[in-house]
Amino acid sequence: MSNIPADLKYAKSHEWLKAAADGTATVGITDYAQASLGDITFVQLPKVGATLKAGETFGVVESVKAASDVYAPAAGTVVEVNQALEANPEKVNHAPYGEGWMLKLKLASAADAAALMSADDYAKSIG
Amino acid sequence: MEAGALSGRMGALQTTPLNAFHRQHGGRMVDFAGWDMPVQYRSILEEHKAVRQRCGLFDVSHMGEADVKGPDALRFLQHLVTNDCGKLFPGRVLYTVMCYPHGGVVDDLLVYMRAENDYLLCINAGNIAKDIAWMQGQAKGFDCTVVDRSPEYAQLAIQGPQAPALVQSLTKADLAAIKYYHFSRGDVAGVPCLISRTGYTGEDGFELYCAAGDGPRLAEAIVAAGGPFGLELAGLGARDSLRLEAGYPLYGHEITDQVDPLAAGLGWVVKFDKGPFIGSEALKSAKTNGPARKVVFFRTGDRRIIRAESPVLAANGQTVGRVLSGTLSPMLNEAIGSALVDAKALGAEMQVDVRGTKLPLLLVKPPFVPLKKAG
Repeated sequence: MSNIPADLKYAKSHEWLKAAADGTATVGITDYAQASLGDITFVQLPKVGATLKAGETFGVVESVKAASDVYAPAAGTVVEVNQALEANPEKVNHAPYGEGWMLKLKLASAADAAALMSADDYAKSIG
Repeated sequence: MEAGALSGRMGALQTTPLNAFHRQHGGRMVDFAGWDMPVQYRSILEEHKAVRQRCGLFDVSHMGEADVKGPDALRFLQHLVTNDCGKLFPGRVLYTVMCYPHGGVVDDLLVYMRAENDYLLCINAGNIAKDIAWMQGQAKGFDCTVVDRSPEYAQLAIQGPQAPALVQSLTKADLAAIKYYHFSRGDVAGVPCLISRTGYTGEDGFELYCAAGDGPRLAEAIVAAGGPFGLELAGLGARDSLRLEAGYPLYGHEITDQVDPLAAGLGWVVKFDKGPFIGSEALKSAKTNGPARKVVFFRTGDRRIIRAESPVLAANGQTVGRVLSGTLSPMLNEAIGSALVDAKALGAEMQVDVRGTKLPLLLVKPPFVPLKKAG
């Protein structure tokens, strides 16, 4: 059974988002996604300052099996990326909601984040 | 994430005797050449490292086995394969390829001599039907038979520096007396086996051939005994990254019916001196003229995996080849692979393009890591 924390929001494309009170949000990929990919070997992240539209590709997650695009769950500007993933991409496998976080966005609109799926809806979507 | 990255597919897949074993032990099942096989149990990278540092157990029962028997068995095998089967004696194993008349490869295989006129062949899982049909066709005119025995066998590979000690703990057979590329018979965990000191990882270890019905209990016995030796169950993902690190070819990638063994770097299994064999004339011409394309092995100094079919580019951007196999080497912590490139392009710098970034192909004479196989 994959881990789907109740306090996060989810995109159909298997990214999670955690909104903070200050209008920023942390983004990563779900436990279901990391388990499906297998051993993650490389994570390509955007530069700080990049602006993203909701649904736009922000990077790539590579595993032994395949390379896969990752999509911004909400529109915003990249304010921080997880540098630790360069040397230790396996953090995404071991702690997809913790140490495996990918980037922090300054959200263009809090409403975008609110429109994402709840944990229950995401759980239903992955069946 | 793209949906396609996460989806699986199912068809009418063949299963080995260990299918239930894989599922019980948490194997992640995939379609490999029409077989329902575990690509990993825990982690491809961890399973790979376990084999290099301790030992791993692989189900390789999907491989094919065939008996070649009869008064003309040796004469037929000498005609069929490129290596010299005259070097064999009972208890000896030979690695070779068999070619088409034009020099392209039908398959790579192992030839075991059990006794005079009595040979066992081990062939690739994806090629069983093709190989049996080819060999039976080529055997016409020779007084010998080629019989497909694949469904009767299970085969397990135990590989790594701790593998001999683990297997020795389960058998009275003297494993130290079985040298590399030799085999014997004995009971392992009470299961009668052909014990072969061979493998596809570059490490010391054994491949055990037993009756199909005995496969699951042999595997369980090895797992039960494996704790003190640090045994890890290993799937086909690790099997591929290990063989690529060792510089071993995989049929369908480095060897195909479009690539001859000389171009693939397997000239050492082509023995023209033994007399003519299928493809020998074409291979002699290829040797004289030099190959138009060659298989090379490379690393990139970067962690991004270079996927099979990626174009290989010259400095001026012209395509001079394509990648055949690519993975991340867990031991080197960088991307490694093989490519088929125009022989003319070899003297100059070659690159691949990964999502807009150009990475150099740094050519390596394999193996990528020192091999510790026995003898």
